[in-house]
Amino acid sequence: MNILDTLQTLLNESGFVGFFMDGGWKNLVMIAISCVLLYLGIVRKFEPLLLVGIAFGCLLVNISNFFVDGASSANALYHPELWSAFLDESSEYYHSYGHIMSNGGLLDILYIGVKTGLYPSLIFLGVGAMTDFGPLLANPKSLLLGAAAQMGVFLAFFGAVCLGFEGNEAASIGIIGGADGPTAIFLTSKLAPNLLGPIAIAAYSYMALIPMIQPPLMRLLTTEKERSVKMVQSRQVSKTEKILFPIIVSMFVILLLPSTAPLVGCLMLGNLWRECGVTARLSDTVQNALMNIVTVFLGISVGATTVASSFLSLQTLFIVLLGLIAFSFSTVGGLIVGKIMYKLSGGKINPLIGSAGVSAVPMAARVSQDEGKKANPSNFLLMHAMGPNVAGVIGSAIAAGFLLAVFK
Amino acid sequence: MTMIFPAEKMSIADAGITAIFGYIVVFAGLLILMVLLYVMAAIFKSKANKAAKNVQVESNSNAPAAVKAVSAPTAPGSAGHIKLFDVPDKEAAMVMAVIAYNMQRPLNELHFISIKEVKSDEV
Repeated sequence: MNILDTLQTLLNESGFVGFFMDGGWKNLVMIAISCVLLYLGIVRKFEPLLLVGIAFGCLLVNISNFFVDGASSANALYHPELWSAFLDESSEYYHSYGHIMSNGGLLDILYIGVKTGLYPSLIFLGVGAMTDFGPLLANPKSLLLGAAAQMGVFLAFFGAVCLGFEGNEAASIGIIGGADGPTAIFLTSKLAPNLLGPIAIAAYSYMALIPMIQPPLMRLLTTEKERSVKMVQSRQVSKTEKILFPIIVSMFVILLLPSTAPLVGCLMLGNLWRECGVTARLSDTVQNALMNIVTVFLGISVGATTVASSFLSLQTLFIVLLGLIAFSFSTVGGLIVGKIMYKLSGGKINPLIGSAGVSAVPMAARVSQDEGKKANPSNFLLMHAMGPNVAGVIGSAIAAGFLLAVFK
Repeated sequence: MTMIFPAEKMSIADAGITAIFGYIVVFAGLLILMVLLYVMAAIFKSKANKAAKNVQVESNSNAPAAVKAVSAPTAPGSAGHIKLFDVPDKEAAMVMAVIAYNMQRPLNELHFISIKEVKSDEV
């Protein structure tokens, strides 16, 4: 064997050569972006459980994949062209998972769980098992705040259409305003998988930034007097009510919008396991072991979709901007209805709990608690804000179900 | 751009109508759910009231001379009893002491109704 030929082969296969190929600089930019995301996740603790995985997936895909004549390089972990063929009705590999399994890289195979909606649904199973719907049952009016806080979803959808996005893409961008990562990933993987990377990153980044985004809006839209309102203790909810709740919600919401079945069904099954009192082992498993395992796969496979050639575009900037608008208007929607409730209740409801109607459990409720405490140090809003907060999870699932029904 | 589903560019008017309709659907869905929850709560409240009344009637008719259950005496200066959910007594005492310290108020001027553990990993 000629040693020079071997060295030449090694050099040609090396990723470093890729940076000098046509468009190779884009991979360098994406590597820099992934390092920034890693910094935000590790040092600033921005949703680290998912953001670190997404950032590392982004790093992996952009150091292993350099496009040559529209095809991925030999050692690529993720192959966008395989997924294009998978989605192309005229291709012989249309909806062929076998083609992906036999030709894909590691991240292609993990991505199947995103494409089928498996990971977001399993995450919802864990979320349901972790969530106490008691505050919502004690004060069902919280559901209205959860509904109001979906305003940003539909405003951002409208804004995205105005900016030239297709209806299905606009719907996926709008759902960022639901402040619910798994729902955003679920809807986008069904309607606009080409935008999954930027939408997932925008959704999780803004969720982490809630303590910065919401307080200025809360102070702008409420008076000191409104913020200092102390709410009375909610009633105690019986065990039977807690057991019936997931069954009633599943039946009603899924009958209303069948497209919500995977998300709402899993959320409520997880919650039933938590509350029924005879499945403690299952509840513990989905809250911890399963949730962690799925988070590993979800993060890294979502990160894999941030391929330089598609991620670095004007569209991504629009998505980031529209995501911020969506989050802000969702907060505003919740606060406006919170203020209406304040007036109608004769000043008994603190309007700050309205902003917790964006999902982001329990971060948004904590922000309401902190702002309420700043206005009145003896104020304790956390449990009152948890009602709208968990209502927001159901609200964003219904919003996603509606958009899925309209655009699929 | 790869499209999965054959999608056409939406007109702005259509987008506006879809957005308003979608918002109404979310509101209507959660409003109906709210009514269902109120109905469920009302049923459970009336059942609980009936059960409480029955117990009272039975105790009045069967054991008129029975001594009423006396609740545990409270400490001097105490504001009453507190309900604890998944919180040991020691931790509850520490939480109350920390709150009193942060608020710069004597502990016996504060009335704690309940303390419940909110797990930090509840997402």
